[in-house]
Amino acid sequence: MESKTQFPDPSQVREELIEKYPAKVAKKRNKSIIINDPETVPEVQANVRTVPGIITQRGCSYAGCKGVVLGPTRDVVNITHGPIGCGFYSWLTRRNQTKPETPEDANFITYCFSTDMQEENIVFGGEKKLKVAIQEAYDLFHPKAIAIFSTCPVGLIGDDVHAASREMKEKFGDCNVFGFSCEGYRGVSQSAGHHIANNGIFKHMVGRNNEKKEGKFKLNLLGEYNIGGDAFEIERIFNKCGITINSSFSGNSTVGQLENAHMADLNAIMCHRSINYMGEMMEAKYGIPWMKINFIGAESSAKSLRRIAEYFGDAELKAKVEEVIKEEMPKVKAVIDEILPRTSGKTAMLFVGGSRAHHYQDLFSELGMKTVAAGYEFAHRDDYEGREVLPGIKVDADSKNIEELKVEADPELYKPRKSEAELEELKAKGLEINSYEGMMKQMMKKSLVVDDISHYESEKLIEIYKPDIFCAGIKEKYVVQKMGVPLKQLHSYDYGGPYTGFEGAINFYRDIDRMVNNPVWKLIKAPWQKTADSEKESLSASYVTQ
Amino acid sequence: MLLRHTTKEVKVREGLTINPAKTCQPVGALYAALGIHGCLPHSHGSQGCCAYHRSMLTRHYKEPVMAATSSFTEGASVFGGQSNLLTAIDTIFSVYDPDIIAVHSTCLSETIGDDLHQITKKAADDGKIPEGKHVIYASTPSFIGSHVTGYANMVTGMAGQFAESTGEKKEQVNLIAGWMEPSDMREIKKISKELGAKIVLFPDTSDVLDAPQTGKHEFYPKGGVTIPELKSTGDSLSSIALGCISAEPAAIALDKKFGVPFETVDIPIGLSATDRFIMALSKAAGVSVPDEITSERGRLLDAMTDMDQYFYGKKVALFGDPDQIIPLTEFLLDLGMKPIHIVSGTPGKRFEKRMAEILERSPGANFRNGLGADTFLLHQWMKNEPVDLLIGNSYGKYIARDENIPFIRFGFPIVDRIGHSYFPSVGYSGGLRLVEKILGVIMDRQDREAPEEKFELVM
Repeated sequence: MESKTQFPDPSQVREELIEKYPAKVAKKRNKSIIINDPETVPEVQANVRTVPGIITQRGCSYAGCKGVVLGPTRDVVNITHGPIGCGFYSWLTRRNQTKPETPEDANFITYCFSTDMQEENIVFGGEKKLKVAIQEAYDLFHPKAIAIFSTCPVGLIGDDVHAASREMKEKFGDCNVFGFSCEGYRGVSQSAGHHIANNGIFKHMVGRNNEKKEGKFKLNLLGEYNIGGDAFEIERIFNKCGITINSSFSGNSTVGQLENAHMADLNAIMCHRSINYMGEMMEAKYGIPWMKINFIGAESSAKSLRRIAEYFGDAELKAKVEEVIKEEMPKVKAVIDEILPRTSGKTAMLFVGGSRAHHYQDLFSELGMKTVAAGYEFAHRDDYEGREVLPGIKVDADSKNIEELKVEADPELYKPRKSEAELEELKAKGLEINSYEGMMKQMMKKSLVVDDISHYESEKLIEIYKPDIFCAGIKEKYVVQKMGVPLKQLHSYDYGGPYTGFEGAINFYRDIDRMVNNPVWKLIKAPWQKTADSEKESLSASYVTQ
Repeated sequence: MLLRHTTKEVKVREGLTINPAKTCQPVGALYAALGIHGCLPHSHGSQGCCAYHRSMLTRHYKEPVMAATSSFTEGASVFGGQSNLLTAIDTIFSVYDPDIIAVHSTCLSETIGDDLHQITKKAADDGKIPEGKHVIYASTPSFIGSHVTGYANMVTGMAGQFAESTGEKKEQVNLIAGWMEPSDMREIKKISKELGAKIVLFPDTSDVLDAPQTGKHEFYPKGGVTIPELKSTGDSLSSIALGCISAEPAAIALDKKFGVPFETVDIPIGLSATDRFIMALSKAAGVSVPDEITSERGRLLDAMTDMDQYFYGKKVALFGDPDQIIPLTEFLLDLGMKPIHIVSGTPGKRFEKRMAEILERSPGANFRNGLGADTFLLHQWMKNEPVDLLIGNSYGKYIARDENIPFIRFGFPIVDRIGHSYFPSVGYSGGLRLVEKILGVIMDRQDREAPEEKFELVM
């Protein structure tokens, strides 16, 4: 996929990115700024500490656990144990849509629950207050489950949220109570929190309900948090195909679904980074294979549907999937035909998340746009280079602190959904099971891959490449736009979406068309400023050579 | 229903806060620090704190909000964060080159007992602070007070750590801004100019968090109080603190250290509070009030008298921060409205006392602040005694929709509308804007819900 686009010399770019750093920082950053080669896939330093003082995009373990994975649950009372801030900032800010079946069904998504720890709780311990809070939540709402999330001080003062949860669970009898040690200082980013969340859901929820639900093709949708209604669009498509979502992890999910997850026959993983642990653990304990899917992009959605049909190996399902694709594609094509001439050849940069920087390249490619640089905020090497590098990844002190559950096959419930031979057969058909090839194999040669990009590096890259669009999050949004470049938020979608599936692709095409072709960007200079600045512009545009 | 689990019956809660009417100290400290020119706020704690604060402030202002973090890991949490902060100071001066780093602590660094005074002193002793550059700090533990407390602590920090006394008085008045919007700070400066009063306003986030689109990102925008200005506050004739909770502590610090006398007035929201501010400033600066200001007052009063019938007796619920709630409640009373349910998550005896005085004019009103004063409680009160208007930050929209009540966004954070950073709520013109907004939502409801035969063209 060698590009014909004229890019700056990437090694020179890298030099420029790190030249201002103190020597030690430069040395460290150098290993996270990589010139891509999809054939050989060079090593990227990832999931390592951010240097203090660097303006990073990253958040913390609590954000990954409570904010990302458990936050979207609908009928769990999620109580933040700590001072008020953490609960407040993770209150309705991630756009996880929920839609209870009836007006009477539980829906706590609009609520923020916190123990609001005060100084005396820090000094004398907060467990007592926590138990009072759990009791009050139970008395007020009688929820099916209550989850407790530890913030930084909790671990330091030694509050045992797990013991408190166990005690209250036993006391209630009809309410599952469990805790998460997701203090913000654990790990190096949100990623640690994802892992902690996976462990907790697996330990305390999955496997509690053996009811066999209806549906011929039952899968769990993993790592789809229903931001902007993404999961609803996937569900719409699945419904048309006759595929049943047994359990959603965790957009619009319910306790009942999560507890029943082990009864599905496939785990379809959207966001590999945040939920791959669950796929692996359910494989080991219950014999359910997992498959990486991607419903970001119309072509990718079609491909994912075909892969799912191939997995189930049912001729009728395959035919149905083809029928649905055939039905959905014309409206997508009509829109792309209109938009493509306006977006083709433009360039994008994506620095976001742990999957999104990969997934959204598919949509840009459908728009004829080139991804010139990309990177994740909190991913690991396998998300860049593919899971085959997993055995070679050194476990450092920060990762060691995150519990690895020892999972064994369940004596009663382990039932391999596919035999070894069947898995081999699927593999031969190009259907990788329990595998993810990562982002870099799909990126152009000589494009730039930057892990945990700093603010400084972002600004430099924009100056050098002058991309037509930059994708990141809310903290970066207005900085980049102040530079005259539109920024697409890929956490919150700028309050748009959904962007999954066929309808989502259309939404995205239209949004990007609007953004990269918005005439407002041409109005930045006042008429009286134009002459003076045109000279400057001709001076700064001479960098590009290859 | 969006808040379908909120019950009408109020049960006393001692452990669980639901839908808070406050957040934590550091975000206030970060906001205050952005009001110093050339300053990079720094969060001494886990990365998540800084990410959350930056996100929330960015959503509120739709502007770049720059800040760095000490990026604590488990090791730092066990062994102390000194080495992280020293590295951070080094990195920040090399890469982002601010004039000032304003460090605030977090619940994490406070719990482990990191001493910001000692660490920043060590940074200076070790030569990590370049010549002419500064590192200031404020202790802002999240488990005490609220975001307003954090703001007050950082403002006190900037006064206490920069102010100097040359022994020679300067013909100027310190105006210490309580938590208000950049638009409000701009308006305060405008009013002072009209009065002909020489002032130093700090902090000052105008031209920082309302920066123009120029096609170039100014990492340190042109606004903010400057170091020479902050230094000179020790020589000022006097200080006026705008807000007893968020601004007065800084005034006290200047009084104690340099004998700069002070007067505390409310943030000038509404007619009466603006009257008191104008009086205080004209007295402190020794200037008389020009006719233009009197006319501006008259225009606000004119709208209040003309529209009296639409305000009179209307019941209001509101939530927010003390230094806004105090003058806003007074203004609602001046308009003839009835503020009957009020909560604020920020604790404080001064706050309670002031509210008790003001609410003498609204007998039977529910007011609660501090621990347990959350919007869940406010909503429950509203279910028991319904209101005609709700005023609060964006989270209020969930209550407003469920109860079908006109809603005005006011306070922090407002994440679903713009305007607060551009159009002031302070001063007489700010009062006029509030009158317009309140009237607008009340009349919109009337127009939407009136039976056809009662639908009116003229008001």
